[in-house]
Amino acid sequence: MTDSHDTQHDHVPAVVAEPIANPGIPAHTWRPTDVDERLSKRAERQVAGFFGLSMVCAVLFVVAYFTLEIGDNFDTFIGLGASTVALGLALGGALLFIGIGIIQWARKLMSDHEISELRHPAGSPAEDREATLEALNLGIEESGIGRRPLVRNSLLGAMGMMGLPAVVLLRDLGPTNAQVANAENGTGLQHTIWKKGMRVVRDVVGTPIKASELEIGDLVNAAPEAQFPTEENGYPEIEGVELQVLKAKGAIIVVKMEPEEIKPVEGRENWTVDGVICYSKICTHVGCPISLYERTTHHVLCPCHQSTFDLADGAKVIFGPAHRPLPQLPLAVDEEGYLIAQADFDEPVGASYWEREKQ
Amino acid sequence: MRLLNRSAGRISRHRRGPVAGLAVLLLGLLLTGGIYTVLAPAQAQKAQSDTELVEEGRKLFLVGCASCHGQNGEGISTIREGNEKGPSLVGVGAAAVDFQVETGRMPLAQPGSQAPRKAPTYSDEEVASMAAYVASLAPGPAVPSEQDYSIDGLSEDEREEAIVRGGQIFLTNCTACHNFNGSGGAMPRGGYAPSLKGVESKHIYEALLTGPQAMPNFSNGNLSPDEKRDVIAYLRSIEDTPNYGGFGMGGLGPVSEGLFAWVLGIGGLVGFAVWIAAHTTRTTKQPIEEGAEA
Amino acid sequence: MSLDTSKVATSNGATAATASKPSRIGGVASWADDRLGLASAGKKQLRKVFPDHWSFMLGEIALWSFVVLLLSGIFLTLWFTPSMGEVHYEGSYDQLRGIEMSEAMASTLNISFDVRGGLLMRQMHHWAAMLFVASMMVHLLRVAFTGAFRKPREINWVIGCLLLLLGTLEGFTGYSLPDDLLSGTGVRAADGFLKATPVVGSYMSFFLFGGEFPGEAIIPRLYIIHVLLIPGLLLGLIAAHMLLLVYHKHTQWPGPGRTEENVVGFPMLPVYAAKAGGFFFIVFGVTTIMGGLLSINPVWKFGPYDPTKVTAGSQPDWYMGWPDGLLRIMPGWESVIFGYTISWNVMIPILLVPPMMLTILILLPFIEGWITGDKREHHLLQRPRNAPTRTAVMVSLMTFYGLAWAAGGNDIIAIKFHASINHITYFMRVAVFVGPAIAFFVTRRWCISLQRHDNEKLLHGYETGVIMRSPEGGYTERHLPISEASAYTLTARDRDEIYTVDGDTDANGVVAPGSRIQAVRAALSEKMFGHNVQKPTAEELEEAHHHAEHEHALEAGLDHPADGHQFDGHSDHTVDEAPLRGH
Repeated sequence: MTDSHDTQHDHVPAVVAEPIANPGIPAHTWRPTDVDERLSKRAERQVAGFFGLSMVCAVLFVVAYFTLEIGDNFDTFIGLGASTVALGLALGGALLFIGIGIIQWARKLMSDHEISELRHPAGSPAEDREATLEALNLGIEESGIGRRPLVRNSLLGAMGMMGLPAVVLLRDLGPTNAQVANAENGTGLQHTIWKKGMRVVRDVVGTPIKASELEIGDLVNAAPEAQFPTEENGYPEIEGVELQVLKAKGAIIVVKMEPEEIKPVEGRENWTVDGVICYSKICTHVGCPISLYERTTHHVLCPCHQSTFDLADGAKVIFGPAHRPLPQLPLAVDEEGYLIAQADFDEPVGASYWEREKQ
Repeated sequence: MRLLNRSAGRISRHRRGPVAGLAVLLLGLLLTGGIYTVLAPAQAQKAQSDTELVEEGRKLFLVGCASCHGQNGEGISTIREGNEKGPSLVGVGAAAVDFQVETGRMPLAQPGSQAPRKAPTYSDEEVASMAAYVASLAPGPAVPSEQDYSIDGLSEDEREEAIVRGGQIFLTNCTACHNFNGSGGAMPRGGYAPSLKGVESKHIYEALLTGPQAMPNFSNGNLSPDEKRDVIAYLRSIEDTPNYGGFGMGGLGPVSEGLFAWVLGIGGLVGFAVWIAAHTTRTTKQPIEEGAEA
Repeated sequence: MSLDTSKVATSNGATAATASKPSRIGGVASWADDRLGLASAGKKQLRKVFPDHWSFMLGEIALWSFVVLLLSGIFLTLWFTPSMGEVHYEGSYDQLRGIEMSEAMASTLNISFDVRGGLLMRQMHHWAAMLFVASMMVHLLRVAFTGAFRKPREINWVIGCLLLLLGTLEGFTGYSLPDDLLSGTGVRAADGFLKATPVVGSYMSFFLFGGEFPGEAIIPRLYIIHVLLIPGLLLGLIAAHMLLLVYHKHTQWPGPGRTEENVVGFPMLPVYAAKAGGFFFIVFGVTTIMGGLLSINPVWKFGPYDPTKVTAGSQPDWYMGWPDGLLRIMPGWESVIFGYTISWNVMIPILLVPPMMLTILILLPFIEGWITGDKREHHLLQRPRNAPTRTAVMVSLMTFYGLAWAAGGNDIIAIKFHASINHITYFMRVAVFVGPAIAFFVTRRWCISLQRHDNEKLLHGYETGVIMRSPEGGYTERHLPISEASAYTLTARDRDEIYTVDGDTDANGVVAPGSRIQAVRAALSEKMFGHNVQKPTAEELEEAHHHAEHEHALEAGLDHPADGHQFDGHSDHTVDEAPLRGH
């Protein structure tokens, strides 16, 4: 922007007379409380009354605090938790009445003459600016920063390099994906705990599922058996973070439909067991678990952003912001007739990331 | 995951106010009466032979259901795939009929994928006979009995365990569609998962068993009868628990919370601001003594 | 402009200020002043004038809810354990007893069920957070719609925008702390957003979560961001915001006696201090009552976070709703280029549009200042109608925001209004583009019509509703002039100056540098102001009044005091004595 050019146009008020002259601040008029002693006394009592109500509320708060039960045997009041409601109303009242009292005081009793104050321009006076500029220049001059570029540039360089320690220090915030990736433990974005032969079990209770016991239209929210270690199945004890990481990737949904309804996907012909088909429960958009399944249409919907997948058609996206189909888990049955995985997922589950296709 | 290794049994003893005792008494009376009215005619019908019941059901079926579900309950398909007029009822069992007709979903006013809950059209005896007829078409799930869906027979500890386990099963299998509070939720293309509030335990059990409309089923091979019972116990327990934190605002989560923050919170506070800044009443009178100089 | 100072009181009390005898307060004050030298500042600031208008108190709601947040937040930290260590819940809430959960969730349940007043404080904290962001937003709208962001207040506008951003982030980090199912789902979505970042996505995710999602670092890290880092920044910026407010003095609405050079209102002490202090208690009280009566974020019903569970109606808090809405209506675009995945479906609505919107917001005063070339200070507010283009831009931005926001609640809208989420989504995909455009044009024309209406009132008076019948039998409505004060208030605005380029050469015939930019600027200025209606000139007003007097003469015989003014409060004479009819 060219300032010299601008100044020709700015600050040139149109030379048109103001149509109406400023009449000035209107004359003060009085409030009833200003002129009538009786009314002002009444206002005074009102204000004091509000403050008094506030005190009552404060006392009620203390009473409610010590008399109302909480915990697993809490008192109720019109179907609500009595303690929270009573404490909230009492404390709220105590505060609100102070506020209302003060405002009433200000409105009715404090002087309400409007007064005027002159403004000053935000900028400093010109002589101050000049003096400051002079001082600044003098300081810069005396430091020699302009005359000694070597000093200045090496200082800038040193300051710039300080960024390195600052950034590097944050490196240990966490390991990288490559560092944790391990197909055996199911760690890393490209692996899950699923393995050849691992049983598919019901989530929460951890019981294995017989393919023959499922009916058309069933939806099973299922999990890998490794999530429920017992002495029988011999999986290692797992809890805390490891368990959560395992769950975050291993969750699956198993549905059963008429076998002929499943549109075959090339290379996955033997991934289903008699109409029982299994997909990752983790949405390929940003990773919400999905299980809003319509058995009539075989569509499953994500409750977070409404991506809709057609489970009968390779779980391809038919609506919403997701792009990729849900990864499919190849199923089989073991000799006892329980559902097992044939292998881990053949692609990373969940949200996309930059190097997803590279691994 | 190690669930429920709690030994000290602490069930909520009586989370109720003083009025609650009376309410429980009234509720008990109502329930007894209700159960009596439900059961009494059913017992009366026991006298009828099964064939008579099926025959009666068939008559009702031909009049009220056959136009969509076919003369023999075989279903009527339309040309468009997946948009059958009425699905086949062969093998759906008595439980499906009991659920659909007693909750008023069937008969539908017009065919569609969503069957809204409404006041039932048929009496209990009529439902029972239709259920008997449909059950006679092919074996299917029977109407559950009370011990299937009630935890009353369990000890206090077992009851509490059942409720906790039911909660986890509910959050895993049901909340995705029906919401954490059972308030219901949206499904694709205008469909919705209905609210579970005020739905009888029997009907929830039947819905789980038979998968009405677009809902997937949770057959016994999927969720065991005990697990279904636990889900119902959890739902009953959150229904019975008073709203601990105050009014629930529809139990719809952050959307209704945001609405209340704007309307009540910002609306109310702006109201106060208007009051604070508003000009007070004026008078034409002048103050008597000291104000004269102003 | 000459100013009538005769009516400006130096004291607003009924009696003149006189030096009083040294009191106890005076003693303490002089002790303090001997050490701190506060008297010089106090002399100016204690009687500092603040103008009175309800819309000037919106920012105060934000300030006071921030104080409520600090107080209730400190209370909550006394019990909250920011840890993802796994514990067995053995507290008072039956339905979760025995469940394994993080210490964060268990301590949240403990605060809710086993600390008296704990749930009240939790709910107050949450409601205050909702109100904090909401009031910042309405305050921002007030500032923008009245042009209060013009010189010299641009920097304060920037600070305000940063406060809005920080407040939003503070809210997100806060509601994620209990580690419940709903907020955990939000954190998982945030993990998805991070992963969608080109090149460094998975690294950012692993660094934030201390390994693979969900890890055990996220809650302690969010906690320190929530209780130290962002509140510190907020406090600093709020202090700067307030200091600048005091330094610039508050803007005011134009009116009789109110000019660009003065500020008319009530003094800080006592009136404004009382009103502001009283409002603090009111905000505190309203928040407390909401916290006591309205259940917010019932984490016990969500249960602890479990990556395999989810609930219908999974929404973020309202202020995160609009990016979530954009995310919902975004088509599923994703491309793989040279084997690398680019998730447009996440990047555009989360990583590109919200920062872009914030940048636009921050730049608004600078863009406007550049187009108008206006370098004057502005302390008188503009009515939204008198800046039609700015108002239209703001309404257009609001429409975009509102539509995106509604899209974020599309599932709730679908069940409550029996609509289809698919149709709502298709509608929104078009509406977020078309809606703001329509809003822009409608608002601009609307404002210009209102400007015309103002001029009508100035020139021809207001409509009295009194119907006159002429001797010929025609009917006309009687117009009467508006009062001098309202007339002045209507004319107390600048005439818009359209920026023009005098030519590509300056006085010496040298081509001016950057003349193309200047031409763009002139074109924009023409677009911005070209259709505006300017206030009438003195001559036009004179002529209109002359015309009105002529009308009056024609209406001779109607010099009855009951000229219609007795119904509208503009009367300058009483009509009580004069009979209405039959004189």
